[in-house]
Amino acid sequence: MKKIRVLVAKIGLDGHDRGAKVVARFLRDAGFEVIYTGLHRTPQEVAMAAIEEDVDVVGISLHSGAHMTLVPKVIKYIKEYGGNPDEMVIVVGGIIPEDDFEELMKMGVDGIFIPGTPIEEIIDFIKKKVAEKKKKTVA
Amino acid sequence: MDVDEIVRGLLNGNRRALARAITLVENDYPEGKDIMKRIFKKTGKAHVIGITGFPGVGKSTIVSKLTQEFRMRGKTVGIIAVDPGSPFSGGALLGDRLRMDGIDVNKRLWLDSGVFFRSMSSRGKAGGLSAKTGDVVRLMDAFGFNLVIVETVGAGQSEVDIIEVADTSIVVLMPETGDDIQINKAGILEIGDIYVVNKADLGGAEKTVKWLKSMLLLDDEAVRILEKMDHGSHNESVNDEILTDKLEKKAKDAIDRWIPPVIMTIADIGEGIKELADTIEKHREFMEKSGMLKKRRTVRVSRELLDLIMEDVKSRIINDTSLKFEEFVNRVVENEIDPHTAAEKIIEKLIFSKNSDTTL
Ligand SMILES: Nc1nc2c(ncn2[C@@H]2O[C@H](COP(=O)(O)OP(=O)(O)O)[C@@H](O)[C@H]2O)c(=O)[nH]1
Ligand SMILES: [Mg+2]
Repeated sequence: MKKIRVLVAKIGLDGHDRGAKVVARFLRDAGFEVIYTGLHRTPQEVAMAAIEEDVDVVGISLHSGAHMTLVPKVIKYIKEYGGNPDEMVIVVGGIIPEDDFEELMKMGVDGIFIPGTPIEEIIDFIKKKVAEKKKKTVA
Repeated sequence: MDVDEIVRGLLNGNRRALARAITLVENDYPEGKDIMKRIFKKTGKAHVIGITGFPGVGKSTIVSKLTQEFRMRGKTVGIIAVDPGSPFSGGALLGDRLRMDGIDVNKRLWLDSGVFFRSMSSRGKAGGLSAKTGDVVRLMDAFGFNLVIVETVGAGQSEVDIIEVADTSIVVLMPETGDDIQINKAGILEIGDIYVVNKADLGGAEKTVKWLKSMLLLDDEAVRILEKMDHGSHNESVNDEILTDKLEKKAKDAIDRWIPPVIMTIADIGEGIKELADTIEKHREFMEKSGMLKKRRTVRVSRELLDLIMEDVKSRIINDTSLKFEEFVNRVVENEIDPHTAAEKIIEKLIFSKNSDTTL
């Protein structure tokens, strides 16, 4: 059976990757294939990795406060490199003010997880969303 | 994307098509088989390099630096990094990509159109290589990469698997402290075309190199002694004809044989990488000139074909009820028939069954 593939990406200048690594490990234990990018990637690099690795989920972790500029860039470059961001589940994690949620969702983000979200919630969300998107693309 | 789109895309440099093809092949979808059939004629050109060794010795770092070096030499590079999956969850944490240098160095591998990187889980297959790695190599080959590098974790005898896909096998080691048990037990001396002692900055590297070289030379010496014994049995009469034969054989041996070089590197800072790249190119040349490349590929394909046939035969026997597999099983359990006769009867039925003569 095909495993759900997840890219866990760190973008920008912040050097906090403990949270991302912990989530990555939990996702692996939930049976996902997790590709970790390491720190300080650019939106372009993350977009290209998402395409080459043919992932179902792109998880972007940011603590720099630059999410409103960096997240749409990732989505833009996925398109530019020939990918289809609508086929992928895009989730953002980190310190994101609630005021930004709506706009991020409008940009194409499927889920936002602030620190302290139970890991089961993230896992269930991913499973559900991946299944939904797959149905849509097959139809 | 449907199969037509993927095949066309893959053969025309569309990276997303290549990525999707890999997914379909890796997961054993019927479309994957279809794609493999249609791209096969375009394969066989790439030089396939395997890199194996224990976790943490620096394989991914070497792959990154080596890729930069080959890019400077004008070669394009496809990379497959195979990591072991978790035996408990079936999931995997694939972290080789993070060693690939990104924007912070002169060569931006992540965005280089001459580089394609794919992480794979071995999915619990003993041997470190996913069962589908060989086909993924072919996809990259058909896409047009000059080199395909396969990184796999070796732990125990499993490194042997790298031979199944690589034209050039590289074994990476670290300077050994204490005794050399690790290297000895792993059968590592059998499989390398090139040996790398990485982390030479840590000290003790010279000793490991020396030890490795002596082991590899010893192997060579052993072969020579065996050869001498062989000739000795034909009596000692120094006949001109025999002498010329011997000399010719020796000359031929020199072409046929490759004594694995041992190279010291500090992959972190790129030291020794040029020499490694030179040696890889030299090995490829040797493989071609000596006919070894064809030989190795012949062995590999015959094994692959047999595997495919066995797989097919098994699934036919289990799925074709007219062969009465289960009935035969029961009869053996009831002591009515012995397993050898039962197997012969099933094979006979299979050969003469209607389903088997529809193709060809
Ligand atoms: N001291 C030293 N460390 C190195 C060298 N090459 C790689 N490393 C480090 O060794 C660790 C493991 O490297 P990696 O390439 O991931 O090893 P792999 O598991 O074999 O792929 C990393 O922290 C590297 O930075 C080297 O030549 N010297
Ligand atoms: Mg590695």
